[in-house]
Amino acid sequence: MLSRTADNLYWLSRYVERADCLARILDVAQRLSHTPVTYGGSTNEWSSAVLTAGCVEGFVARHGPVENATEENVVSFIAFDPENPSSIRNSFEVARTNARSVRTALTSEMWDVINSAWIELRAFPDKAMTREELSRFLAFVKETSLRFDGATFRTMLRNDAYWFSRVGAHVERADNTARILDVKYHVLLPEKEHVGGPLDYFQWASILRSVSALTAFHWVYRDSVKPWLVADLLILNRQMPRSLAACYDNLSRSLDDIAAAYGRQGPAQRLARSTLAKLSNQSIDEIFQAGLHEFISDFIGDNYKLGNEIVEQYLT
Amino acid sequence: MARAFDEMSSDDGSVRKAYETLSRWLTSVPHDVLDHRRKEAEYIFRRIGITFAVYGEQNAQERLIPFDIVPRIITSDEWTRLAKGLEQRVKALNLYIKDVYSKREVLRAGIVPEELVYQNPAFRPEMNGQSVPHDLYVHIAGIDIVRTDPNSFYVLEDNARTPSGVSYMLENREIMLRLFPELFSMHRVAPVENYADDLLATLRSLSPNGAHEPNVAILTPGIYNSAYYEHSFLADKLGVDLVEGRDLFVEDNVVYMRTTEGPKRLDVIYRRLDDDFLDPLAFRPDSVLGVPGLMSAYKAGNVTLTNAVGTGVADDKAVYSYMPEIIKFYLGEEPLLANVPTWRCREPDHLKYVLEHLGELVVKEVHGSGGYGMLVGPKSDKAQIEAFRAKLKHDPANFIAQPTLALSTCPTLVDEGVAPRHVDLRPFILSGSDKVRIVPGGLTRVAMKEGSLVVNSSQGGGTKDTWVLDA
Amino acid sequence: MRVRVRHEITHRFEPAARHAIATLRLTPRSHVGQHILRWTLDVSPDCRLMPEEDAFGNTVHTFSVGGPVETITVIAEGDVDTQDTTGVIAGSAERFPPSLFLRQTDMTQPDAAIMKLADAVATKATTPLDRLHGLMVAVHEGTTETAPEADATAIAAGKALAAGEGTAASLTHVFISAARHLKLPARQVSGYAVMADVPAAFREWAEAHVPGIGWVGFDCGKNVCPSDGYVRLAVGLDSLAVAPMLSTGSRAENTAVARDFFQSPKSGQSQQQGQGQRQE
Repeated sequence: MLSRTADNLYWLSRYVERADCLARILDVAQRLSHTPVTYGGSTNEWSSAVLTAGCVEGFVARHGPVENATEENVVSFIAFDPENPSSIRNSFEVARTNARSVRTALTSEMWDVINSAWIELRAFPDKAMTREELSRFLAFVKETSLRFDGATFRTMLRNDAYWFSRVGAHVERADNTARILDVKYHVLLPEKEHVGGPLDYFQWASILRSVSALTAFHWVYRDSVKPWLVADLLILNRQMPRSLAACYDNLSRSLDDIAAAYGRQGPAQRLARSTLAKLSNQSIDEIFQAGLHEFISDFIGDNYKLGNEIVEQYLT
Repeated sequence: MARAFDEMSSDDGSVRKAYETLSRWLTSVPHDVLDHRRKEAEYIFRRIGITFAVYGEQNAQERLIPFDIVPRIITSDEWTRLAKGLEQRVKALNLYIKDVYSKREVLRAGIVPEELVYQNPAFRPEMNGQSVPHDLYVHIAGIDIVRTDPNSFYVLEDNARTPSGVSYMLENREIMLRLFPELFSMHRVAPVENYADDLLATLRSLSPNGAHEPNVAILTPGIYNSAYYEHSFLADKLGVDLVEGRDLFVEDNVVYMRTTEGPKRLDVIYRRLDDDFLDPLAFRPDSVLGVPGLMSAYKAGNVTLTNAVGTGVADDKAVYSYMPEIIKFYLGEEPLLANVPTWRCREPDHLKYVLEHLGELVVKEVHGSGGYGMLVGPKSDKAQIEAFRAKLKHDPANFIAQPTLALSTCPTLVDEGVAPRHVDLRPFILSGSDKVRIVPGGLTRVAMKEGSLVVNSSQGGGTKDTWVLDA
Repeated sequence: MRVRVRHEITHRFEPAARHAIATLRLTPRSHVGQHILRWTLDVSPDCRLMPEEDAFGNTVHTFSVGGPVETITVIAEGDVDTQDTTGVIAGSAERFPPSLFLRQTDMTQPDAAIMKLADAVATKATTPLDRLHGLMVAVHEGTTETAPEADATAIAAGKALAAGEGTAASLTHVFISAARHLKLPARQVSGYAVMADVPAAFREWAEAHVPGIGWVGFDCGKNVCPSDGYVRLAVGLDSLAVAPMLSTGSRAENTAVARDFFQSPKSGQSQQQGQGQRQE
């Protein structure tokens, strides 16, 4: 297929995934900011949201120091701000632009999801949303990514177009999970003083909520929420669809499918496999011993590198 | 002006035969039902994203062309006549362009003034002496036809560059089948769905080197082009790649496409990009939409471009006025389709007449399109006419004038109900190395405003499904 | 006169192009008064030169180079025997009737000042030849020739006349614009000119068609009709059409366009990356 088509499919999926992640971050921030002050009121969930969304620089340029973060300016910046290249609005905008360029490579169902989301997005006011309006907006964003994934899964031919689309989704998803962990890693560290306190519990739960894994956690571990188990679930557990291991499992498989179809493999396949091997061969204890933060930083770096290799190998 | 010829109802109120069933049906269906289906059609169009961009309008980036749900009907006899005339006309266009870029006999015979060729901005010196595969230049033509009475069809304009609108022809039929299946069971409507197959067969027949399985692609300027929807629609229907200039490169005079599996050779390019932008090394050096080296590959005979480069030399409105003579010169036949009588303002006595009769005439720019820069005398006030008079006097050679034709009307659904509105017709003629293909019908454009004669979509015109009834 | 030519052109691509393509109008043809004794083209990096003839009868070579390409260097070298024909060209390759050369291009579109200059000349002189000489003098006196800067392309006629100065190529635009305005076919010529004791240098001048005589050369910068010190390389409608070398590093340029489009979103991506690293 055309390199540009593959490129568009790849970024289309990435931006749909990104919009979903941003919506979850706002969702969790909203939930936490309304918990009783005694449980966690001292931390500013909105500045944390800016950190997690990875848009500090842009936010600072627009609204001043991160400490100034409020519900209003963070929601406006992350959800709607046209100046923020990774706002939900812009993610949808870019997703549709990409989709429009590859209309012929999409099924009509996939196009329909993107195009109607884009039309619907314009109906939401830019700022000053009530809590109900915001919830409805976030639900709409998450639903769009669900519908898009569903349409992709159910209607697309299993060929290179599908695989490039999946590669994009999983590179982005891995990046998002890793960044959520990176911002919150301190609450997962065992030597912290108030381990087990109500504050920590809410923080751990918020991490799980942000990846829709609170229920899954209980099913998998049949235990109360403990930091190392949260880390294990999100990094190493392949049953958990948003874990780094699961993302790389999928990523590696899609890249192998591409290699098999084209009869040749390259640096992207090798890099994905070596990252997957790292995730398979380490235990959560080893990761904590070597440093959780270091591990996550390395992972984000490797994932970024893989993105570049994919672009270099197939998309230009 | 007398009441224009209506294709459904005669002056005495009786209904013409071809429309009998439709007319009965229209009177039997309540207005709000029709209106409801019209809204449904609009909703579907928006959902599938059939939009177009209008130049010079902000924020109206993507607009919908109004779709009228009342079909236009043409009988098979009428169509047979039309099709013959269209085929003849396109044949002559091809011969004319070939001649202009080779022996120039038409100039030597004094049929067409030299100036209309050499001073024509659409003339491409680069094509001089250049042979093209199968001697065909205009592979895809759109000829605009108007009707003034039961027996008179006129050619209003030839489009020999990159005529658009065929996606509307196909989508209109698709929508009508979906919304009004009952109407199709009452009529024997000739299908148009085979257009995509015909186009692909035509393109494949044009392969430059006799490749058995020629690789075909559609070249688009990109998603910001007003006709982008059509480009992607056609690529989809044909099952070929939709490429932009940056997807292609030329090596040793061969054109390749960048794919995820490496370079892939291209044989036939259906380009929807103007000549000027095709190749920055040959034409506009600032073009980023084209492919550097494409012209060299083309001239080396390694790739076919459809339509050929430089076909615009045959389709401006000044050359149009010579078409009857051009047809006679090359084919030795009388034109089967008449031209609208045309005054060439470049000729002093014509200019004089035009200036004296501005109030009755339609005056158009020679190189204009889309209904821009024209004067419709009877619909203009004094100030507009005087302003245009100044423009005309300043540069007469840039204008032609025609009588205000009483374009035929067709029943059209408007707010007040079903009412007559003026229409024209753009059939699409495909010329391959093996044969000429024309799907029955074409795109009917309709001026939605009462009395308006301007059917262009950029000026608020709409479209209709066009039915050629099998005998 | 025996004229020896050595013309070196280098194009650089920054950043390196993944693939580059170029066309050369760097090969003169023989005609009356100009005989090519020896002519070679040397292109580095190595590539396959594809010869063709363009619409005006010029010899053109096209070549493409696989990347990464940082520079392309072309050296044209040769010896030409010339005779003085008092500027009149005979026996050249002509593919069009002279009237084609009445076409104005973007570069030669006359503005009010050029039309005024041309009309003023026309009132003083009546025969085509006198008018053309008059135009040459008028352009020469109204402007100053500047030395061409590296990489600079000729500017449009109107601009050059308004500035009162321009390279030989730009002044030629003024001349042919005015000549065409007076319905006198005129064209741009590229080539080499030997000036007193200096080696032949690349230069552009004009030719206009005079009924009964044929194509006649006019060099407005020098205010002379070309002599045996001139070697003709190519003719065309304007400077762009006779450029000795045009090139595009296709990938490099197109990437810039493509990236531009995605720039903000993609830089958003790298920004996140940057943030991840800062916390170390």
